[in-house]
Amino acid sequence: MEYFLQQLINSLTLGSIYGLIAIGYTMVYGIVGMINFAHGDVFMIGSFVSLIAMVLLGVGTGAFLPLALLVVLLAAILVTSVYGWTLERVAYRPLRGSFRLAALITALGASIFLQNFVQVSQGAKIKPIQPVIQGGFTFFENGSMVVSFSYLQIFIIIITVILLSIFSYIISKTPLGRSQRACEQDLTMSKLLGINVDRTISITFIIGASLASVAGMMFVLYYGVIDFFIGFLTGIKAFTAAVLGGIGSIPGAVIGGLLIGLIETFWSAYFTIEYKDVAVFGILVIVLIFRPYGILGKPEVEKV
Amino acid sequence: MSSKENFSLIIKDLIFTGLIATVLLIPIVGFRTEISTVDSTGLIFNYNFITAFFVVAFIVGIRFLFHIFWFSKIQKKPQENSEKNKKKFLKKLNFYLGVAAAVIAFTLPFMPFANRYIVDVATLVLTYVMLGWGLNIVVGLAGLLDLGYVAFFAVGAYSYALLATTFDLSFWICLPLAGILAAFAGILLGFPVLRLRGDYLAIVTLGFGEIIRLILLNWYEFTGGPDGISRIPRPSFFGFPFARKSEDTTFHELFGLEYSTMHRIIFLYYLILILALITNFFTMKIRNLPVGRAWEALREDETACRAIGINPTNTKLTAFAIGAMFGGFAGSFFATRQGFISPESFTFIESAIILAIVVLGGMGSQIGVVIASILLIGSTELFRELEQFRMLAFGLAMIIIMILKPRGLLANREPSILLNKKNE
Repeated sequence: MEYFLQQLINSLTLGSIYGLIAIGYTMVYGIVGMINFAHGDVFMIGSFVSLIAMVLLGVGTGAFLPLALLVVLLAAILVTSVYGWTLERVAYRPLRGSFRLAALITALGASIFLQNFVQVSQGAKIKPIQPVIQGGFTFFENGSMVVSFSYLQIFIIIITVILLSIFSYIISKTPLGRSQRACEQDLTMSKLLGINVDRTISITFIIGASLASVAGMMFVLYYGVIDFFIGFLTGIKAFTAAVLGGIGSIPGAVIGGLLIGLIETFWSAYFTIEYKDVAVFGILVIVLIFRPYGILGKPEVEKV
Repeated sequence: MSSKENFSLIIKDLIFTGLIATVLLIPIVGFRTEISTVDSTGLIFNYNFITAFFVVAFIVGIRFLFHIFWFSKIQKKPQENSEKNKKKFLKKLNFYLGVAAAVIAFTLPFMPFANRYIVDVATLVLTYVMLGWGLNIVVGLAGLLDLGYVAFFAVGAYSYALLATTFDLSFWICLPLAGILAAFAGILLGFPVLRLRGDYLAIVTLGFGEIIRLILLNWYEFTGGPDGISRIPRPSFFGFPFARKSEDTTFHELFGLEYSTMHRIIFLYYLILILALITNFFTMKIRNLPVGRAWEALREDETACRAIGINPTNTKLTAFAIGAMFGGFAGSFFATRQGFISPESFTFIESAIILAIVVLGGMGSQIGVVIASILLIGSTELFRELEQFRMLAFGLAMIIIMILKPRGLLANREPSILLNKKNE
C-alpha cells in the first residue's frame, strides 16, 4: 500500500512533465496538422538553458532560492520560445501548404540538427547538478516503508497547475486564444475573416516551446542529470501522451501525460524496468489501432 | 519602392536576425558547461563567446547574401520550361544517369584511383542505396510513411548472425532465410497498423522500430544484449573462402592469383551491387504488375481504390512485406560485412537517414535514391575528420534541400500508367 502510494506520487510528477510537453505537440498538430518532431529537442534545449542559468546564478548556494528559480524559469522560457519561433520560421513556414511529408522531413532534420548543435557546443558528456530543492514530507512511517512527498515534487506539481491555469485562461478568454481556436477549426476561413494566421501559428510555437522549457527545467531539477539526447525519448513519450489523450485536444494532452506517467512508473515498479519504454510504445500502438482519435478526440471524418 | 527604403528595410531585417541569433546562440554556445575538475561534482563554465559571436556574424552575413541574390529576384523569375518539356527532359536524364551510374558502379574497383578506402565507402553507399530502394517500395510507391524501416534491417542482420553462428549455415542459405524472416516481421508488424494513415502510421512504425531495438538490447540470452554478436562468418566465393590458407581451395588458389585482402572487399562490393540491382530490377518490374499498379493507385487515393475493389490492407501488406524483405537482405549483407553487430547499429537515426534518402531523392525515383545516397552518405563519409559536425550538417542539409525542392531532387510521382486525356 505504501509502495503503491509512493509510486502514485512519483507518477504524478512524471506525468506533469509529459503533459506540459504534450501540449506543444497537440497544439501544433491541431492548427498546422503536422507532427512537430523537433519538439522533444526544444524541450532538451529548455533543460540546457535552465541548467546554464542555474550554474550562472549559483542556484543551490545562494539565499534567495525561490527568486533564483523564478529567474531561471523566465530565462528558460525566453530563450526556448525564441528557439520555437525560429524553428517554425526557418523550417516549417516555407513548407506550409506543401505536401505533408515535406514538413515531417524538415522536422526530422531540425531534430537531428538541434541534437548535434547541443552536442557540439555543450559536449556529449552527461551534465549532473547538485540537488537544489531538498527535503519533503514523510507520512505512513510504519516499519521500513516510508511514503515521502518531496518539496521538489510539490514544486513541480504546483508549477504545472499554475501554468495550466494561465494557459487555459489564454486559450478560452483572450482574443489570442480565440484566434487560435479559429485557426484550429479552419485555417482558410480564419484567414478570410482577417485573422493573422502566420502570427497565430508563430505564437502557438512560442507557447508550446515555453511550456516545454518549463518541463525541461523540471526535468533538470527532478533527475539532476541531462544530456543532449534526452529530447528524443521524452519527446516520443510526450507525443504518445498527446495521441493517447486525443491529438488536438488540450485537456486530452494533460490527461494523456498523466496516464503515460502512471503507466511508465507502475510498469517499472511492478514489472521490469528494462521494458518500460516498450510498455509505453506498446500503449501507443494499441491506442492507435483501437482508438486512433484518443480518449478525448473526435473521430476524423473521411472525405473524398 | 525606392532603393533607399529598401536599404533601410534590409538593415532592419539584418539587425533583427542578429538579435535572434544572439539570443539563440549566446546561452548554448557561449556558456559551455564542463564538469569541474576540482570537486568533480559541480559544473563550471568554459566561455566560448568568441565562437558564438562568429557564428552570429556568419548567420547575419548569410542573411545579407540572401537579400542580395535571392529575395530581390524571387518575383521576377519567369516560368520558362513548360511542364511537358520538363518531364521529357527528366525522363531522358533519368535514363542517361542510370546508364552512367551503372557503368561507373561496375568499373569502380578497377579504376586506378580505387583503394581500399574508396571501395569501402562505395560499399556503404550501395548499402544505403539498397535500403533506399527497398524503402522506396513502401514510401515511394505505396505511399506508406515508415519511420521504423531499420527494424527490418535489424531483423535481417540478426537472423543471419544467429543462423550462421548457431547452425553453421553458409551465407547463401542464410540470405534468403533472413529475407523471409524480415518479410514475416513486416507482415506481423504491418497487419495491425496498416489501417492507420499518414502521420499516425509513421509514429507507430517508429514505435515498432524502437520496440525491436529495445528487445534486441534486453533479451540477453538470445541476442547477446548490448554486447551484440561477434565472429559472424565472412562470406565465401560460393564455397571458396577468402583466406591466405585454408583446408578448402581458397579463392586466390582457384583463380591462380596472388593473395590479397582486397579480394574480399571487392567481392563484398560486387555482392551489394548485385543485391541492390536486383532490388531495383524487381521494383521496375513490379510497377507494371497489377499489384504495383494497385500500390500507386492506393498512394493517390485510398477511398477511390476501395470503391473499385482493391483490398487496401492486403495491397499495403504486400508492399510492407516486400520492402521489409529487401531490408532483411541488406541486413544480412551488413552483418556479414561487419562481422559484428549490436543494437547500436539499428537506432532510429538510421531509419531517419534512409527515409531522408528516399524523400530527398524524390519519392518513387530510383535514380534519385542513388544521388541522395551519394550526397548524404558519401559526402558525410568524406568529412569524417569533422566527426562532430557531420550530423549537424546532415540535419541542416535535410532542411535546406527540403525547402528548396520539397518534392525531392528528382521528383517522379507519375503513375506508371495513365488513361489518355481527351484533348491530347
